[in-house]
Amino acid sequence: MQPFTTLTGTAAPLLRANVDTDLIIPKQYLKTLVRTGLGQHLFAEIRYDDSGAEKPDFVLNRPPYRAANILLGGPNFGCGSSREHAPWALLDFGIRCVIAPSYADIFYNNCFSNGILPLVLPLETVEAIAAAGNPVTVDLPAQTVTAGGVTHRFDIEPGRKTTLVEGLDEIGKSLANLAAIEAFEAKRGRETPWL
Amino acid sequence: MSPRTLYDKIWEAHLVATREDGTSLLYIDRHLVHEVTSPQAFEGLRLAQRPLRKPAAILSVADHNVPTSNREAGIADETSRLQVEALEENVKAFAVPYIPLLDDRQGIVHVIGPEQGFTLPGSTVVCGDSHTSTHGAFGALAFGIGTSEVEHVMATETLPQRRSKNMRVHFEGKLPEGLGAKDLALRLIGQIGTAGGTGHVIEFTGSAVKALSMEARMTLCNMSIEAGARSGLVAPDETTFAYLKGRPMAPTGTQWEQALAYWRALPSDVDAHFDKEVVIQVDGLAPQVTWGTSPEAVLDVTGRVPDPEQTGSPADKEAMLRALEYMGLVAGTPLEEVPVDVVFIGSCTNGRIEDLRAAAAVAKGRKVAVGVRALVVPGSGLVKRQAEAEGLDRIFLDAGFEWRQPGCSMCLGMNDDRLEPGQRSASTSNRNFEGRQGRGGRTHLVSPQMAAAAAVTGHFTDVRRLLGA
Repeated sequence: MQPFTTLTGTAAPLLRANVDTDLIIPKQYLKTLVRTGLGQHLFAEIRYDDSGAEKPDFVLNRPPYRAANILLGGPNFGCGSSREHAPWALLDFGIRCVIAPSYADIFYNNCFSNGILPLVLPLETVEAIAAAGNPVTVDLPAQTVTAGGVTHRFDIEPGRKTTLVEGLDEIGKSLANLAAIEAFEAKRGRETPWL
Repeated sequence: MSPRTLYDKIWEAHLVATREDGTSLLYIDRHLVHEVTSPQAFEGLRLAQRPLRKPAAILSVADHNVPTSNREAGIADETSRLQVEALEENVKAFAVPYIPLLDDRQGIVHVIGPEQGFTLPGSTVVCGDSHTSTHGAFGALAFGIGTSEVEHVMATETLPQRRSKNMRVHFEGKLPEGLGAKDLALRLIGQIGTAGGTGHVIEFTGSAVKALSMEARMTLCNMSIEAGARSGLVAPDETTFAYLKGRPMAPTGTQWEQALAYWRALPSDVDAHFDKEVVIQVDGLAPQVTWGTSPEAVLDVTGRVPDPEQTGSPADKEAMLRALEYMGLVAGTPLEEVPVDVVFIGSCTNGRIEDLRAAAAVAKGRKVAVGVRALVVPGSGLVKRQAEAEGLDRIFLDAGFEWRQPGCSMCLGMNDDRLEPGQRSASTSNRNFEGRQGRGGRTHLVSPQMAAAAAVTGHFTDVRRLLGA
């Protein structure tokens, strides 16, 4: 996984509440066997019209947001299904950081699995960042976002932060606990043998 | 020891290690796998040259992409076919138990797990699917995960987790005639919102829950995720044990007795602490119908389409205007006057035998209204067989419904069962998001009874009237 330290770039505002994963990546694109190539289908239902042409008013179809690497979202961002295709699509488009007041739990986890920082700030702050304009700088080690000369501090769980900053392989990390897993399985075999 | 909730007990019994970064390594007992969210996980194992730790902990099946008619002829859609074939190749290569597409036991992953006795009280159950919360009906800690986590479980039989908060939703009273668990779930989501349970595990309690069948408890827990909670729970009781006894993968003999003793100790202690509590009186509850593009946009069937001018903040007004425009609805219209084009009865929410019985009771002796297309898609081959043994298929067919083969079908339209742009459905599924059932499709979530009522009248109808309730 690509480590995440600092990121400077363009933040695209999509501030509506309850942006669900069906909206982020519609089901017809879930038939893929790989993780890549979904960026072109990101937000397909609201990004393209029935003929497949770009809708000019959709934020990611407008300069400078076509090259956005940060997405500003509303409350309960990423609600709905567990499809990891949602963060895959964001990443493939070039989005490395989402800034929103709150997230659905599964989407939030899935972001960390893919080196995307789902950053939490109050709605007023997200709106202030959108109003300040670009560029926006996210500094994960310092836990700050800077836009229009104003710096906002954000909180993040230390374990989550380390995962992103170091680009850790989570499976390798769990396998370091192999002895504990084996000991647990031995105990489980004795105490709940029907499992 | 201080009083503990059901969730606390399962969590503590599955703790493998507590790590310095604040996460806990949680042991995973059961892993359900389907074709859509697993190919990249199997591929990840191959690339890292990691073995799959415990194939017997997995039960796999194809459900999302599968045709629900004439499937003996194969899958016509090439990308769907390739995804199902990829699953078949992967389960073979990794020696994972698999229920083939033409097997009678095939069905929606959240229907077959319980049916096979794979889902057991006090266990941890995961699946790369958000509706894994369904299995919480058995008092199992069950939650949806992403594909990277699917790979993680395959490689380690564990997941790094952070402990959730405890929330209790207490449904008190007697569920009125003509209503089902779906109405309870929608009512709750309407009250607390789609983020109301975020960060929490919801335990459902109260006399109305205690009286529910396992099928109905599954409906309730299934919809927990639509309230933002990754898991829902119902404490195991005699109803649970009666359902499980004799299931193919349930324990037998002395292990059954041993398991029963363990399961009886699982319910939350009397004084256990819940971080959040909600109490809902169910006496007098009316059938629920969603009107918008989020499950929280829900009303009594006797209500009217809401007016954006009378809502709270400018953001709420904007969201409501957008939803009404998408849904093609005019503020103030009585919901009972809204016509439907398509009726879908099925899904992991409402595709079980009891759901089909409830819908059939309404459909019996009636006809699907002119211009309405109505589908019944059983949740599994075994549900289908049972329904046919009871003659439910005849009731549906005589009324003009289509009787299909099992799968996820029009819940999300990954197969050919989709809404056309502008079509309006009464659907027993779980999500009314924009485009969920097909681009431009307009979904209203309802119970199976209400879906059948809409099918035979051509518009949303208070099913209590049809039942003489």
